[in-house]
Amino acid sequence: MSFLIDSSIMITSQILFFGFGWLFFMRQLFKDYEVRQYVVQVIFSVTFAFSCTMFELIIFEILGVLNSSSRYFHWKMNLCIILLILVFMVPFYIGYSIVSNIRLLYKQRLLFSCLLWLTFMYFFWKLGDPFPILSPKHGILSIEQLISRVGVIGVTLMALLSGFGAVNCPYTYMSYFLRNVTDTDILALERRLLQTMDMIISKKKRMAIARRTMFQKGEVHNKPLGFWGMIKSVATSAPGSENLTLIQQEVDALEELSRQLFLETADLYATKERIEYSKTFKGKYFNFLGYFFSIYCVWKIFMATINIVFDRVGKTDPVTRGIEITVNYLGIQFDVKFWSQHISFILVGIIIVTSIRGLLITLTKFFYAISSSKSSNVIVLLLAQIMGMYFVSSVLLIRMSMPLEYRTIITEVLGELQFNFYHRWFDVIFLVSALSSILFLYLAHKQAPEKHMTP
Amino acid sequence: MASLDRVKVLVLGDSGVGKSSLVHLLCQNQVLGNPSWTVGCSVDVRVHDYKEGTPEERTYYIELWDVGGSVGSASSVKSTRAVFYNSVNGIILVHDLTNKKSSQNLYRWSLEALNRDLVPTGVLVTNGEYDQEQFADNQIPLLVIGTKLDQIHETKRHEVLTRTAFLAEDFNAEEINLVIEKRYFLREGNQIPGFPDRKRFGGGTLKSLHYD
Repeated sequence: MSFLIDSSIMITSQILFFGFGWLFFMRQLFKDYEVRQYVVQVIFSVTFAFSCTMFELIIFEILGVLNSSSRYFHWKMNLCIILLILVFMVPFYIGYSIVSNIRLLYKQRLLFSCLLWLTFMYFFWKLGDPFPILSPKHGILSIEQLISRVGVIGVTLMALLSGFGAVNCPYTYMSYFLRNVTDTDILALERRLLQTMDMIISKKKRMAIARRTMFQKGEVHNKPLGFWGMIKSVATSAPGSENLTLIQQEVDALEELSRQLFLETADLYATKERIEYSKTFKGKYFNFLGYFFSIYCVWKIFMATINIVFDRVGKTDPVTRGIEITVNYLGIQFDVKFWSQHISFILVGIIIVTSIRGLLITLTKFFYAISSSKSSNVIVLLLAQIMGMYFVSSVLLIRMSMPLEYRTIITEVLGELQFNFYHRWFDVIFLVSALSSILFLYLAHKQAPEKHMTP
Repeated sequence: MASLDRVKVLVLGDSGVGKSSLVHLLCQNQVLGNPSWTVGCSVDVRVHDYKEGTPEERTYYIELWDVGGSVGSASSVKSTRAVFYNSVNGIILVHDLTNKKSSQNLYRWSLEALNRDLVPTGVLVTNGEYDQEQFADNQIPLLVIGTKLDQIHETKRHEVLTRTAFLAEDFNAEEINLVIEKRYFLREGNQIPGFPDRKRFGGGTLKSLHYD
């Protein structure tokens, strides 16, 4: 009986998450596009719903809500479904969407999408070989095999995003890095842009007039030439058309220049807006936060290096350690079990909420930057895949932040994975990502101001 | 060259509706083989004989300024785009007949282009709602073009065309629906089916663009 009640609670919450994912898709992601294939929206919302259910189960684990056996059952079921989605459904549909866009393969698109999916599975499987992630006693098609590989991809993604975010956040918040842009700079660039456009126009006018005179003289090249016509055109070329190719080359160069100027002007406008924003109250608050985050970022990089160099993986979670410190050194006595449960609930809850929110915001920004009306479906499916893998690996890593008694469920369900490996891998990739972002931002920052600052 | 007068026409619309293909078709009499993203603004020129055959015949250059980007761009991009909206003689609004959002976004595009002089900061505060009064005293002629007509199934054509007719009326604009390039897997061949449409367009536009 209690199993039925528990199941109905789970299903209701899953429907809620599904609805939330649907709304997010419609309102945020696909704001400017029209949803023509609802399957894509359904897939995205389903992935989101099942990922959130996993987090919900962790919270229930800590709080002790629901029957223990029904929790275990739902864990297993949820995991199976999400693996099915991430490894079978979404990649297949991505392949199908890509193939449908290519004209040549349209007729046999099912066949080609199956081929694509098989290639994906091959590389996915090969991914597990170089990593010491499994003990050899598992069979081929077990949950552990799939999860371990999904975990590797997801942890890499998480570490990359974390590394870049940790460096980029203080860089954007702090106004110390803002270049000084004045209105005269912007006006000068705009004038150059308009002058370039005028030059392009005058050259195109010459070309149009030249083509018109050629047309009127009867040197039309639109009709397909006969055999002798082709020989003749190879031997002699009218002087008019030679001129045209020359002017066309100049026009191409000018058009490239105009694109560059446009992008630079947009960049200057963005910097000017940021300068104005930094003078407001909110801006000053973010500036202060930026200093704070930069210290946090430096500390994280330092800790990651220490972890790798000294080959140490944290045995106890921060909650228990914090409580130990307060009890032993500060002499404050309180009910350890009670408080550890609540504090770990709050801590894990905060981690979950911020990571979901951060990921959704990053996905939205990414989507706006690279999608067009043709490729929006494929990109959304890719994002759904990334989101699913990200959430699965978060579950893997969150295990480290929970006290021992709550870790058992994750260990039981996910099987005997080498969890320590994932943490080490996260540290390595985080370090690499943070250092390369620092290098990248430094180069970008150095290169920009020299181009168009008025002396 | 100085005897030929200058007419500046903006071509606005969402990404991927076919503005670059349209401009290329008008100016080069050819279908654009490999359309790609327009960054910033690309210009092309068409030479037109106004009132051909009559004693008042004059030859004009029509400059078609094809402005790229989307209506939801960052305000820095919008401010940069605003530099192209100076002294415009006419506006062509292009939307995709298979994509309803692109027709809805036309309101915001036209407001962005027309309000250029009213809002000097370049920041527009519209939420897609349009106010017919803003178009009432508009002196700049508008033309609404719907593309990709061939991708709409026969049965739905009537409904789509009535909707776009209302749209054009709201703008107080002329309207044309056409096919710029037949898609590969729907029909054979890659001709220029919009040819008769093009001739009609050439005459019609200039009539509304030229004002004494």
